[in-house]
Amino acid sequence: MANQATAKKPGFLAERANFLDERVGVAGILKEFGRKIFPDHWSFMLGEVAMYSFLVLLISGTFLTFFFQPAMTDVIYNGVYGPLKGAEMSIAYKSTLDISFEVRGGLLMRQVHHWSALLFVASAGLHMLRVFFTGAFRKPREINWVVGFLLFVMGMAGGFTGYSLPDDLLSGNGLRIIDGMIKGVPVIGAYVSSLLFGGQFPGHAIVARLYSLHIMIVPALIIVLLAVHLFMVVIHKHTHYSGAGKKDNNVVGYPLAPVYVAKAGGFFFIVFGVIMLISATFTINPVWNYGGYDPSPVSAGTQPDWYIGWLDGALRLAPSHLEAGWFGFSWSWNILLPLIISLVFLFVVGAYPFLEKWVTGDEREHHVLDRPRNAPVRTAIGAAGVTFYAVLWAGASTDLIATNFKMSLNTVLTFMQISLIVLPIVAFWATKRTALSLQRKDREIALHGRETGRIVRMPHGEYIEVHEPVDKYELYKLTAFESFAPTLARPNEDGKITVKARMRAALSKFYFEDRVTPATQLEIDASHGHHDEQKAIEAKPAKKVATKKPAAKKSAAKPAAKKTASKTATKSAKAPAKKPAAKKAAPKK
Amino acid sequence: MSEKAKEHRYESGLAVVQSGKVSDPGIEPHRVRMTDKSEKLERTANRQVAALFIASAVGSAFSIFAYFAFPITSDLGTVRSNTLWLGFGITLGLLGIGIGAVHWAKTLMPDAEVYEPRHQSRSSEENRAAAIEIIKLADQESGFTRRKLIRRSLYTALAMFPLPAIFFFGGLGPNPADTLRHTMWRKGTRLAKDPYGTPIKASEVTEGSVFHVIPEGLQDLTDTKLEEKAKAAVLLVRVDPSVLKPIAGRENWSYDGIVAYSKICTHVGCPVALYEQQTHHLLCPCHQSTFDLTDGCKVLFGPASRPLPQLPITVDAEGYLIAQSDFHEPVGPSFWDRSAN
Ligand code: HEM
Ligand code: FES
Repeated sequence: MANQATAKKPGFLAERANFLDERVGVAGILKEFGRKIFPDHWSFMLGEVAMYSFLVLLISGTFLTFFFQPAMTDVIYNGVYGPLKGAEMSIAYKSTLDISFEVRGGLLMRQVHHWSALLFVASAGLHMLRVFFTGAFRKPREINWVVGFLLFVMGMAGGFTGYSLPDDLLSGNGLRIIDGMIKGVPVIGAYVSSLLFGGQFPGHAIVARLYSLHIMIVPALIIVLLAVHLFMVVIHKHTHYSGAGKKDNNVVGYPLAPVYVAKAGGFFFIVFGVIMLISATFTINPVWNYGGYDPSPVSAGTQPDWYIGWLDGALRLAPSHLEAGWFGFSWSWNILLPLIISLVFLFVVGAYPFLEKWVTGDEREHHVLDRPRNAPVRTAIGAAGVTFYAVLWAGASTDLIATNFKMSLNTVLTFMQISLIVLPIVAFWATKRTALSLQRKDREIALHGRETGRIVRMPHGEYIEVHEPVDKYELYKLTAFESFAPTLARPNEDGKITVKARMRAALSKFYFEDRVTPATQLEIDASHGHHDEQKAIEAKPAKKVATKKPAAKKSAAKPAAKKTASKTATKSAKAPAKKPAAKKAAPKK
Repeated sequence: MSEKAKEHRYESGLAVVQSGKVSDPGIEPHRVRMTDKSEKLERTANRQVAALFIASAVGSAFSIFAYFAFPITSDLGTVRSNTLWLGFGITLGLLGIGIGAVHWAKTLMPDAEVYEPRHQSRSSEENRAAAIEIIKLADQESGFTRRKLIRRSLYTALAMFPLPAIFFFGGLGPNPADTLRHTMWRKGTRLAKDPYGTPIKASEVTEGSVFHVIPEGLQDLTDTKLEEKAKAAVLLVRVDPSVLKPIAGRENWSYDGIVAYSKICTHVGCPVALYEQQTHHLLCPCHQSTFDLTDGCKVLFGPASRPLPQLPITVDAEGYLIAQSDFHEPVGPSFWDRSAN
């Protein structure tokens, strides 16, 4: 249909395009971007999910602003929700109840808003992990990592400020905790709290103030950061996974128009649709069950939204009696210590690309992603970080764990405190070992092909397992990575070894002491003589012999070539091979 | 600088330059899809995509229908059906478009991978040179480097100009002064039940029972009710007097085994509202700080550091429980000069 039309007249699309181009000159833009290539991989959708959930937040949030009233004036409830009839509450809480019970589609929109907030932070977090584990943050994308990191932090800020708006019992308790934490800050704490709350807690100002932040400042910052983020993605062009034909100086994938317009555009509707489905069927934050905020009652087992959990967990895991009375002042280390640890953790996450670049000294641009196994220490650091976060997060549920598993709270807490230090180290070690053995396996496959499970007997009586050589594309994928060698602390011009140089040497040893080098063409060719022999025999009797597998389980035939392989694959020469690097890197307590 | 230059001798840093790497065979050849091979399958896919889009339109139409068909009335059950059916309609409207578009892209649009070149982020040498020229020229024409006085005074002005804004934030709230040190409790204030404010007689408080307490008169406050409550909330418990450990100076702060402690956690301020009868422990639900009621509410467990402050109580002539005074120390979370007076 469209074809015929274009044959005769300019056609619908062309006419519109002409109209626009004569006014704003869009042809140039389209020429530049219309066929831009985007690589395809499921993991690249995580960032998209985050972006689309943010759009859904904007849409649903705007709807809520039409009904929500951010005021803390006391009113008596006389709406339709029976259990709260006659209760005193703030206007903010009442309007949230009204949105839920008296506005058609209001509860649906509240739930859409809350579910998309949860999804926003979750997908942004997973996206961040994808970027980390594939090394996508390397030059030239360091700045974009920082921007993305800020987006994640702003997501948490958006979530927290929003969560506090309904002024229900749970959110009020959340604010109470914030108030207590702020008061614990040395010197200025009490003043800052008074400024924030407009006087004593809870006051009458906080909801309106959080509202300005929540619907204006935070979204505006997110929009700006998001624009910068996407702009840089366009400038750099998307990374691609390593594989045949994927280079640092090209980008392999599908064109924006029409394939990505359809896929990504369609994906927005899918994300929105899934959020809608969840919101239609699953209740989230049923504020009517909690009642309005009152500083006196509580409900046991209250939980913050998931993304705040790790901070709450950090507070819980602080040991008793940390507060000190130095110089006649209160030093609330039970608050400051968790606060400092959380901030340092965030800082390290935000600054990681610069740290790694300092260690590797690598000044080149990288557009081909690392397979996580090919950067064992980075991957292990990531695993340790995730574990640390996860323990803090689980720490926010110590009470639930204790009641559900019928353990004493004390035991659970002590267990968590120990885990917070021990588990990241274990995770680091296990991940690094796993990555290295996967690398060795890759090497093995590159050199000898995949194991087929078929055993053949050689003329001289030896049994060997038939290995199927991988095709050239697979082979390239298995060998296309670089390994790094640790550096030594070298003296500078004055013949001195600076502390910085020593630190860098120590870190580079930590990163690269254990490494596996990719198989070279030479090694692969060398292992081929062996394969040819194998092939010649396999041609005839293979099938018959294959049934005799058990007898030949011991593949005595992973001989010479393997040995050379493992030799190159061991510790780099200089490093005095002592304990595994993991041990030394363990944070001192 | 020179040390750095030496350290970074290679662009590639510590990456080992490996000789004899496996050479890149180029992009894998495209695998033809079923819809490319069979016209029949292509037609099917075509119809599927259209069907999805039509389903979407039906879904959206249905949600409009649902808006009218499932109104919200004073019956709370209608909220659920309103949410559910509106949501289902919109879901279909959205998923139809989404899945349809993706299906279209996957089955009918070309799926051969293509590539385009990618350039270094660094500008070309010419552009860099031109940029440097511009910077130099701008510097020369303005005299930015040359005119030290102007430059420095500008820095000063720029550093100063945001400062007033910081002071503007001063208007956000009053100086907390000593509001953190006092509560509503006075000598003779009756202990009343939370939330209705009925005074409590000592005789009502049987052994093992717990009362959530506010100062009498709190209910009559208008503007500052929650602020006062956030400081004055108290937990009242009666135990066998013999289990209470004596604390120097507080011998007569309790009345016949009835003790009153601040309910505001000394950690970060949640209400410590859970009382365990057997052990006489008070538990804060927020971070599980546990206090020993029989021993001056000192911390047994959890992140809190200080005991809950005790409210000295007694009874008045009519047998009602009353406060002997305010708390003798600030309640709730610590703050910097808490112990100063
Ligand atoms: C940065 C991303 C955002 C996040 C993570 C977020 C998160 C939240 C959360 C968790 C709530 C509590 C909802 C509840 O369960 O009641 C909330 C409430 C609210 N949000 Fe957002 N939001 C974001 C952006 C926005 C935007 C852009 C707007 C407006 C344009 C908005 C308007 C509102 C309003 C009016 C409420 C209070 C209504 C109510 O509680 O029912 N939000 N937000
Ligand atoms: S507020 Fe009570 S333990 Fe944290």
